[in-house]
Amino acid sequence: MIGKKFARRALAGLMMAGSLGAAAQAGDVTFWTWRQEDKAVYQDLFAEFTKANPGVTVKFEAFPNENYNTIVTTALAGGKGGDVLHARAYGGLEAMAKSGYYLPLDKTNVPELANLPDDANASESLRADGKVYAVSLAGQTLGLIVNKDIFATAGVAVPGTWAELLSACTALKAKGITPIANGTATPWMDAIFATVFTNPFLGPDWVKDMLAGKTNFSDAKFTGALAKLLELKPCLPDGFTGVDYATSQQLFSAGRAAIFVGGSFEIAPFRRGNPKLNLDFVPPPAPAAGQPTYVSRFFDSGFAVNAKSANQADALKLVRWMATKAFAEPAAAKLGNISSLKDVAAADPLLGKIAKLNETAMPYIGLVYFRYEAPTGTDLLQDGVQKMMGGVEQPEGVGKAITAGLAKWYKPFQK
Amino acid sequence: MPRRPRRWRRGMWIAVLLAPGLAVMTLFVAVPLLSSFRYAFYNFKGVLPDAFIGLANFGDVLFEAPFAAQTWRALWHNCVVFVSLMVVQNGLAYLIAFALLKTLPGHRIHQTIIFLPVVLSAVIVGFLWKLFLHPLFGLVNAALALVGINGPPWLGNESTALGSIIFTNAWHWVGFPALIFLAGMQRISKETLEAARIDGADDRVLMTRIIWPLVAPSTTIVATLTFIGSFNWFELPYVMAGATGSPGGATDVLGLLFYRTAFGTASSGLQDFGHGSALAVLMFAFIAITSGIGLHFLRRREIEA
Repeated sequence: MIGKKFARRALAGLMMAGSLGAAAQAGDVTFWTWRQEDKAVYQDLFAEFTKANPGVTVKFEAFPNENYNTIVTTALAGGKGGDVLHARAYGGLEAMAKSGYYLPLDKTNVPELANLPDDANASESLRADGKVYAVSLAGQTLGLIVNKDIFATAGVAVPGTWAELLSACTALKAKGITPIANGTATPWMDAIFATVFTNPFLGPDWVKDMLAGKTNFSDAKFTGALAKLLELKPCLPDGFTGVDYATSQQLFSAGRAAIFVGGSFEIAPFRRGNPKLNLDFVPPPAPAAGQPTYVSRFFDSGFAVNAKSANQADALKLVRWMATKAFAEPAAAKLGNISSLKDVAAADPLLGKIAKLNETAMPYIGLVYFRYEAPTGTDLLQDGVQKMMGGVEQPEGVGKAITAGLAKWYKPFQK
Repeated sequence: MPRRPRRWRRGMWIAVLLAPGLAVMTLFVAVPLLSSFRYAFYNFKGVLPDAFIGLANFGDVLFEAPFAAQTWRALWHNCVVFVSLMVVQNGLAYLIAFALLKTLPGHRIHQTIIFLPVVLSAVIVGFLWKLFLHPLFGLVNAALALVGINGPPWLGNESTALGSIIFTNAWHWVGFPALIFLAGMQRISKETLEAARIDGADDRVLMTRIIWPLVAPSTTIVATLTFIGSFNWFELPYVMAGATGSPGGATDVLGLLFYRTAFGTASSGLQDFGHGSALAVLMFAFIAITSGIGLHFLRRREIEA
């Protein structure tokens, strides 16, 4: 009798303690992120949110980037964690969301998903169920970052076609300027370098055929595009196989190189490093005059709702707000990125130009479609390109290795 | 009767003294080791163990293309590193030790200079030599240019990258085996060496016939440590060639392969503790077994000598 009573009381006590711990106060939403450096920006934005939604406050909590996945997964597995979670995209999202820790979002609970383009929503979806699990924050665009002053002083026009690029290289080199700052010693840069220059040669239709399994990376169109990269060898710094990412950045920052092949995420560090740089962002050269060219694009993070959040109503309110211009416009301006939302005006003219280029962008193939399982598309691409540029592998061999590697897990290639 | 409590008290006293150390060792050495052993048998869903899958992870890393090719290539590179370090680094260390043994003028300052790099961290040495070997700003190629040689991008060239990192390792560590050999040589009695001299042995004979067998215990230590170091090689290649063993895996070793399998690379955040743990267990088993067998033979050699 006494035992039963005691047990009941203990249980009641435990339940109370549990509810206190998990629910916090109604109106309190905790936001978890790995972006400690953006704390001030988010806190300002969250203050705006509280103004629009009186009674709901948002608490910002950041964790180290390298341990973020582990910390979040462990917390979620234990039924804890922030109410709104900064989420990765593509394969990075899948690692976290496939265990059911994120709340699926759709038109009913987040009607604002309609403000995002399909490819942005796809970046925060699971392959298994096609459901969206986060509101995409921003995208990155890959292309050529150009030092306008170097081109102007040298009297060389910024190249618009492949042939123009090669002749611009010769002209710049004659003036003692390194035409392209990139080396091949840092592998992840090689995947970006290859994607930027090969995408215009491939075109969006090839990507569709490839995804459907009608063609693959052993295709002559792909290996032919890879072979084009070899023509760029004379444009790269001396000893480019030993030139790493940091050196490439230094060469460009110091005004010793005219072009940096990279992503829109490089612009802010370049401006910080050398405020005098007169930057432009242009798409890679078209295969020939009159043909279309494309920048490459991917989305990099988003905002998810903890499926076990005790304050899901307010968490959803916050995420819905993050999918509107009220959040996206000031966030893009303050974080210096390009919002995933449709029709968000960019405060910075250069980012505005990139947003315009994004309208016809092609995907960063290796990342967008093939960074789900090992070996990943980008790992295979960067390994192959590094070898090819170093002269120990042929484009055909690279294409074959990419196809064979992806066939480990990509069904359309398993024929 | 009064004896037993005292002995018991002594036992308690020892236990109390041991407990903190034992707890730390258990928590930070034994538990991680055992849990990595357990993880090797699990499939991972994201970053949490999902299902027990027996030996499948081991099968994948050893026999399944394209992962197996990376494992065997990395193992081969580790073997190259071991043999090169044994010959170049430890061979040079032996010669240096012999030179120091002769107590030529200035031998003390030389002893210090040779040992100095050993106290530097591998990360510092790695960055230092990465800069020295830089194709555009590097000292090495600048020096070569003075004598009209156009140096290659040492760390970017498939055929020179691994050699460059091995060289850096030798530069960093040569003082350590040199010190061990020197200590071993100094233990040889003066009479033995003088008798050999009187019998007409020159330096070469002294080094190969007299000293070499007598420093066998030092050789055992040096060989075993070099073996373990070579197969656990990580810091230098990581700093100088990155997690993927640039260029194109030319400098990939088991340590790097394990690291990027378990924790992902800069470009792919795919973490796979299952396969990573399988690699770690294989490395541990390989090093433990091989160095055990090696020690057995090297010890026997010491006794024969």
